[in-house]
Amino acid sequence: MAMASEAPKDGFRLSMLIYDTRFRSFTIQVIVLILVLLGIAWLVDNTIQNLAAKDKDISFGFLWNRAGYDIEQQLIPYTNDSTHGRAAIIGLLNTLVVAFWGCIFATVIGVFVGVLRLSKNWLVGRLMTVYVEAFRNVPLLLWIIVVFVVTSETAPQPKDFKVTAEMIQTGAEPAAQKVLFDSIAITNRGWFIPGPLFERPLPTINLGSMSINLTWLAVVIVLVGSFWANRRVLRHARLVQEDTGIRPVTWWKSLLILIAPIVILLVAMGFHLDIPVFPTDDAGVSKGFNFQGGILVQHSFSALLIALSLYTGAFIAEAVRAGVLAISRGQTEAAYALGLRPGRTMNLIVLPQALRVIIPPLISQYLNLTKNTSLGIAVSYLDLRGTLGGITLNQTGRELECMLLMMAIYLTISLIISSLMNVFNSAVKLKER
Amino acid sequence: MSDTHAETAFIRTEMLAPALPPVTERGAIKWLRENLFAGWLNTALTLVSLLLVLMLLAKIMPWWLNGVWNANSLGECRTIAGPEGGACWAVIKARWHQYIFGFYPQDAYWRPILAFGLMFVALAPVLYYGLRSGAKLIGVVAVLTVISLALLDHNIVHVLVIAALMAGLFALSWVAPKRLVYVTLLYPFIAFWLLWGGSIWKPVATLLGFGVLVLGYRLVQPRLGVVMGTAIGFVAACVYWLFLQGFVTGALAGLPPSLPAVGSDQFGGFLLAFVIGVTAIICSLPIGVLLALGRRSDMVLIKTLSVGFIEFIRGVPLITMLFTASLLLQYFLPPQTNFDLILRVVILVTLFAAAYIAEVIRGGLAALPRGQYEAADALGLDYWQAQRLIIMPQALKISIPGIVSTFIGLFKDTTLVSFVGLLDPLRGVTQIVRADINWKGIYWEPYIFVGFIFFLICFGMSRYSMYLEQKLKTDHR
Repeated sequence: MAMASEAPKDGFRLSMLIYDTRFRSFTIQVIVLILVLLGIAWLVDNTIQNLAAKDKDISFGFLWNRAGYDIEQQLIPYTNDSTHGRAAIIGLLNTLVVAFWGCIFATVIGVFVGVLRLSKNWLVGRLMTVYVEAFRNVPLLLWIIVVFVVTSETAPQPKDFKVTAEMIQTGAEPAAQKVLFDSIAITNRGWFIPGPLFERPLPTINLGSMSINLTWLAVVIVLVGSFWANRRVLRHARLVQEDTGIRPVTWWKSLLILIAPIVILLVAMGFHLDIPVFPTDDAGVSKGFNFQGGILVQHSFSALLIALSLYTGAFIAEAVRAGVLAISRGQTEAAYALGLRPGRTMNLIVLPQALRVIIPPLISQYLNLTKNTSLGIAVSYLDLRGTLGGITLNQTGRELECMLLMMAIYLTISLIISSLMNVFNSAVKLKER
Repeated sequence: MSDTHAETAFIRTEMLAPALPPVTERGAIKWLRENLFAGWLNTALTLVSLLLVLMLLAKIMPWWLNGVWNANSLGECRTIAGPEGGACWAVIKARWHQYIFGFYPQDAYWRPILAFGLMFVALAPVLYYGLRSGAKLIGVVAVLTVISLALLDHNIVHVLVIAALMAGLFALSWVAPKRLVYVTLLYPFIAFWLLWGGSIWKPVATLLGFGVLVLGYRLVQPRLGVVMGTAIGFVAACVYWLFLQGFVTGALAGLPPSLPAVGSDQFGGFLLAFVIGVTAIICSLPIGVLLALGRRSDMVLIKTLSVGFIEFIRGVPLITMLFTASLLLQYFLPPQTNFDLILRVVILVTLFAAAYIAEVIRGGLAALPRGQYEAADALGLDYWQAQRLIIMPQALKISIPGIVSTFIGLFKDTTLVSFVGLLDPLRGVTQIVRADINWKGIYWEPYIFVGFIFFLICFGMSRYSMYLEQKLKTDHR
């Protein structure tokens, strides 16, 4: 057999670098490597020259200087005496908060709309189509601005909620009312929502610049413990079922394990909701100019969150619809033939298989949403881009450092999200062969 | 036995006319019962959504229908609309030219219009390859272009010359549709010259660089292969652009055919969105193909570079790329180089889109059965021949929906350029309009107008991609 391996063993000639496929790839790679290195050297050299011409250096020392600007929404303590570095962390947390809630809301909206769009009801299907097409074909920036305008400019002022002495006499109502059982006030300054308050909170531990709030730590630990215990109970039930064929009743155990510990803990710490109210005197007449208590949610935050959720929700709806449509009709028909009702068919047959198709686009939608939080610039939301890439950059004039740092942080977030979701994807993936 | 009943047997000899189905099983009633009122849940859903739609309409329609088209200020609008209120469309009527052209000089509006019309002519060979409908498209575009020119530009000579040009192109597309490819290839230079103006010799001199590229490729390719041919041609072209083009342009600068120059700061509105969007879309496709091939390459270095580039770009928001364009690019380029902000933005938006396109095409490549690659090998095709003739056409066909949705996303993202100081239609122009004392306080109408136009364009693109998918469908189901 004349095999290709019996290649002539004559010496290496220079032309083989180009004509011989075994060597050509090395030639190409070496040339590319040289070109890339030259390119990088050129860029770095230019940068050094430009920096020298402007009398600048590369230094991240500015992160430890006083920031001197205020951030309205802050999850950990911050004042304008804090450093630029801390401002960047506040911004990062603001980005993450919007991204986190946005992903949750968008998923809920997306699944809901995606399933409804396949509904047999003509009107509902059309309405959902209108929603999806409207949001997919119009820039996100427009939705953010529109939601911001709607939420801020059409809302009443805080003073419209006041009860005056005349109103009590005449029995008239104030111009604006709180919604949802008198708990949430929507004003043109923001949404006042009830905040959690503890009468007997656990102490807070200070560790230098960090402080750990033991109260919330305890809540988280109890919740995680409950979920873990509940899983143990369910696993035990499954084992018993596999052994004996009879599944022990678990619903009340699950309910007890999930709810009782956290309720006991909250009662022990004296948990109650801090509802935003106008301070009143004895006669019930409001004093002051603004609500007290509760949490003020900025319009920039809620507008960004609502617009992002609705916009990404439309894309997720399409992914969900494509996933459901990808399941062949035979699967549904087989389920019906077995006597399963539509709801259980969806839960047990269609959705588990559809997830395989849905999750990869879902990952990229979550990534998009996270990156799109940077559009908060349109409504002056101080996220990572607004603090590190906005005010800090303008104050210190360190474009190169700020941009590098910001890109690195966004890149890290994206990589973390995509790797987490990929782990989840491999967990739900159809195991075949 | 049978005889006994013979006289009582009844046999129908003619067919009965079929009876109509019961009234609940036909016509509109059947449709209603099946689509709107099947089961109590369905009925409830229908009623709730009907209620919702009616409430929305009741809120919006009076405002919409009571719109005012002729007024000189918001106050006048409010007065005309009266106490019940109404939309003030007069702002669109007064400022439409800024929404479309930005601050482009009014007497030069024919240039962007002609460039826009020619764009469809240039696209026709790509969109409708080898079809008579391509000629029909060009006919419609030609008529529309001439009409809009006649409405906007009162210089009869312009209109007549352009009408003649469009008629010529239509005739060409009717007689020899294949020749239109030359228009497509020349279009970028024509459009650049039309939009920015200046001496025609600048784009011509740049075009010469591509001539150098092709020449180098033709000379080298038969001896050293496609890769080396392209590389050497590219290097030669770069040498020409960097070191020689200046002399050519300088020598020819004074020669006659030239249009008044329009600066980049005068671009705005949908003109800007189209310039950035279309350029980035067209340039990102080939770069994306190359990146996708690089990502699937066997060569470790090429693969690493492609993966690194794609993942980096996909990991950061577009806004950071735009800020890089406006703030950082000056650091990376030789001192004293200072080029146009629009060009810088276009370059970075192109790179951004290319990474996304690369991922979409990689999906298409991965979806191709192995047999296709093996068939190409069995035919003895080399790598580039196999890619060009067998792999890429199929991979591109599979990835059409993804590519078009990337394009739609890119076009919508052109609104972000307002953050680096360009006048995009959504934020940039609207801010200028609202800064006018006459229109201060208006916010719904401009946003509705801009959103509507974006919707039309993006929706059109997505419907076109569906049409293309149908047309290219070759599997026999």
